Amino acid sequence: MSDEPPSSAALVSTRAEGDRIEVSLAGEWRLTGSCPEWADGRGLPTPVATLRFRDGGLGYWDTSLLLYVFDAQEWCRTAGIACDTAGLPEKARALLAQLGTSHTSAVPHERTDSFLVMTGLATRQAWANLNDILHFVGECALGAASLPRRSKKFRWRDCIDQMQECGAMGLPIVSLISFLVGLTLAYQAAVELRQFGADIFVADVVGLSTVREMGPMMVAVILAGRTGAAFAATLGNMKANEEIDALETLGISAVDFLVLPRLLALGLMMPLLALYANCVGILGGMVVAAGILQIPPSAYWIETQGAISLSDLNTGLLKATTFGLLIGLSGCLRGLQADRSAAGVGRAATSAVVTAILLIIVADSIYAVLFHILGV
Amino acid sequence: MAHSNTPPVIEVEHLECGYAGTVVLKDINFSVGRSEMFFIIGGSGCGKSTLLRHLVGLNQPARGTVRFFGRPFSDADLATRRLQLKNFGMLFQSGALWTSLTLRENVALPLEEHTTLSRREIAEIATLKLAQVGLGGFEDHYPAEISGGMKKRAGLARALALDPAIVFFDEPWSGLDPVTSRRLDELIREIRATFGTTMVIVSHELASIFDLADRVIMLDAGTQGIIAEGDPRRLAAESRDPRVKEFLQRGTQPYTVPA
Repeated sequence: MSDEPPSSAALVSTRAEGDRIEVSLAGEWRLTGSCPEWADGRGLPTPVATLRFRDGGLGYWDTSLLLYVFDAQEWCRTAGIACDTAGLPEKARALLAQLGTSHTSAVPHERTDSFLVMTGLATRQAWANLNDILHFVGECALGAASLPRRSKKFRWRDCIDQMQECGAMGLPIVSLISFLVGLTLAYQAAVELRQFGADIFVADVVGLSTVREMGPMMVAVILAGRTGAAFAATLGNMKANEEIDALETLGISAVDFLVLPRLLALGLMMPLLALYANCVGILGGMVVAAGILQIPPSAYWIETQGAISLSDLNTGLLKATTFGLLIGLSGCLRGLQADRSAAGVGRAATSAVVTAILLIIVADSIYAVLFHILGV
Repeated sequence: MAHSNTPPVIEVEHLECGYAGTVVLKDINFSVGRSEMFFIIGGSGCGKSTLLRHLVGLNQPARGTVRFFGRPFSDADLATRRLQLKNFGMLFQSGALWTSLTLRENVALPLEEHTTLSRREIAEIATLKLAQVGLGGFEDHYPAEISGGMKKRAGLARALALDPAIVFFDEPWSGLDPVTSRRLDELIREIRATFGTTMVIVSHELASIFDLADRVIMLDAGTQGIIAEGDPRRLAAESRDPRVKEFLQRGTQPYTVPA
C-alpha cells in the first residue's frame, strides 16, 4: 500500500467464460474516494458457478477493496457460488481471511441483566452507598471533634480560600436572586392585600417569609449549584489524578485535608450569606411597596421591624448553617465517590447538586415540623 | 544487594487482590529484603498496579496478609496503618502532585503532617529534596507549570520527604523519553546507594529492569499469580517458561516479525 494521492479511479470489469465470471479490479481504491459497491450480482449473466477475482492493474488499495470483495464473498456464500480470490494480492487475501474470521467469531457482549439481577445489584449498591455515607459522616464528625487539639495542622489557608470562593465571590448572584425573590413576594402579596386595604402588611409578608424561609432556602439552592458542584468536581478530579491516593499513602486523611476546611467554610459563610440575602430581599419588597403601593420606605421598615422577632431571625440562620453543612457534605462525598474518569467527574457534580437540594428540602421540612412543635 | 541475613522488610503471604468481587491475583507470596531493588513485572493488565495498591493499603485484600518490618499492615486498623505509612514513600504513575500547591509545598506537606519541625526547617528540607532530584530553582512553580518528567521527579522528591525506608514506584518510566528515563534510573540508583532505601517498582520497562533490578517477580493474567521470581538476567537466559522468555527476551533480542 502506498500513501500517494490517487491517479486513477477504482475500476471493476467482468468477463464471462460460460458459467465462470472473472472480475478484474484495477485503479486506486480509497475509502475516502469514490469506489464501486458490490451490487449483489446484478448485471452478471446467470447461471454463475464460479466467481474469480484478479488483479487487473491495482494501484493503491485500502479497506474499500476488502469491503467490495468481502461483500462479493458473502453473496457467493449465500447463493452457493464458488468464490476464488487467488488472483488478488497476497496481503489483501490475508486481510480478507481475518475479516471473515472476525465476522464469524464475533460474540455479542451481553450488557443487559435480567430484572432480578438488576434489582439485586441496585439493592447491593444502595446498601453500599448508605454504608459510604455513614462512614463519611462519621469520619467528618471525628475529624471535627479532633479539630481543637490539632488546630495547628488544620488547613486554615484552604478554609479562608474557600470562604472567599463561596462567600464573597457568591455575593453578586445572591444579591440578584434575593432582590428578585423579595420583589416577587411583594408583588404577589400586594395583589391580595390591596383588596382589603391592608397594603402595609406587605412588609410583614415579605419580611417573615424572607427571614424564616426564602432567604436561607434561596442561598442554599444557589450554593448547592455553585459551590457543591465545584467541591464535587474538584475532589473528583483530584481522585482521577491520584491526588487523593497520594494523600492516603502519606497517612494524611482526605477528610481532614480536603473536606473539613470546605465544611467549615460553608458552615461559617452560609449564615452570613443568608443574613445578607434577608436584607436584600427586604429591600426588594421595599422597592415594590414604594413604587406600586406608595408606602414610604420608613413606614415599611418600621412595619418590618415589628413583624420580625429575633427568634425568626435565629431559626433562619440555624437553617442556613444546616443547609451549608449538607451542601458541603454532599459535594465532598460525591467528589470522593467519583469514578476515575472525566465522565465520572461530571456525574459527581450533577449528583452533588441533586443530593444537596434533596437534603435541603428534607431538612427544611423537618425544621418546619420541629419549630411548630417548639412554638418558635 | 538484598541482605539475606537481615529479616525481610516486606512479607506478603497468600494475598488475594481484586475489585468489587472480581479476583485479579490470588495466592501471592513473596518477601523483599532491606535495600533491595525489587521489581514487579508482567504484561499489561496482569495486575501489577493492583498488587501495588494492595501493598500500600489503597485497597484492602480479600485474603492474605502484608507485613512491614514484621508488623501486620493489611490487617491493622486505619490509625495503625496511617502511622506505618510514615515509613513509606510512593511515586504515582502521573506524579499525582497536588495541583493547588507549589512544588515546595507539595514536598513540605508530609513533613508538616508527620514532624514537629519548624516552618523554616521544613522549607529547607523541601528545597533540599527538590535539589536532590534536579529541581532546584523550581520550588515556587505549580505542577501545571512544569513538564511530565519534572512532575515525576517532583513526585519522587515528595515520596522521599520523610526519608522513608521503602519507596514504591508505579510505572515511573511511563511517558518519559529515553534520556529522561535514564536520568531517573540514575536517580533511583543514587538514592538507594545513599540512604539504603528499599525500592519496590512496578514496571515493564525492560531496559530499566535489566539495569536496576536485584530481583523480580513476574505476574501473569492467565494464572492470576506469580509465574517467575529471581534475577531478571538469569530468568531471561535460563527460564523454560515461554511466557517469561518471550517477555524478558524482548529486551535483549532484536525484534523479528513473527511468521
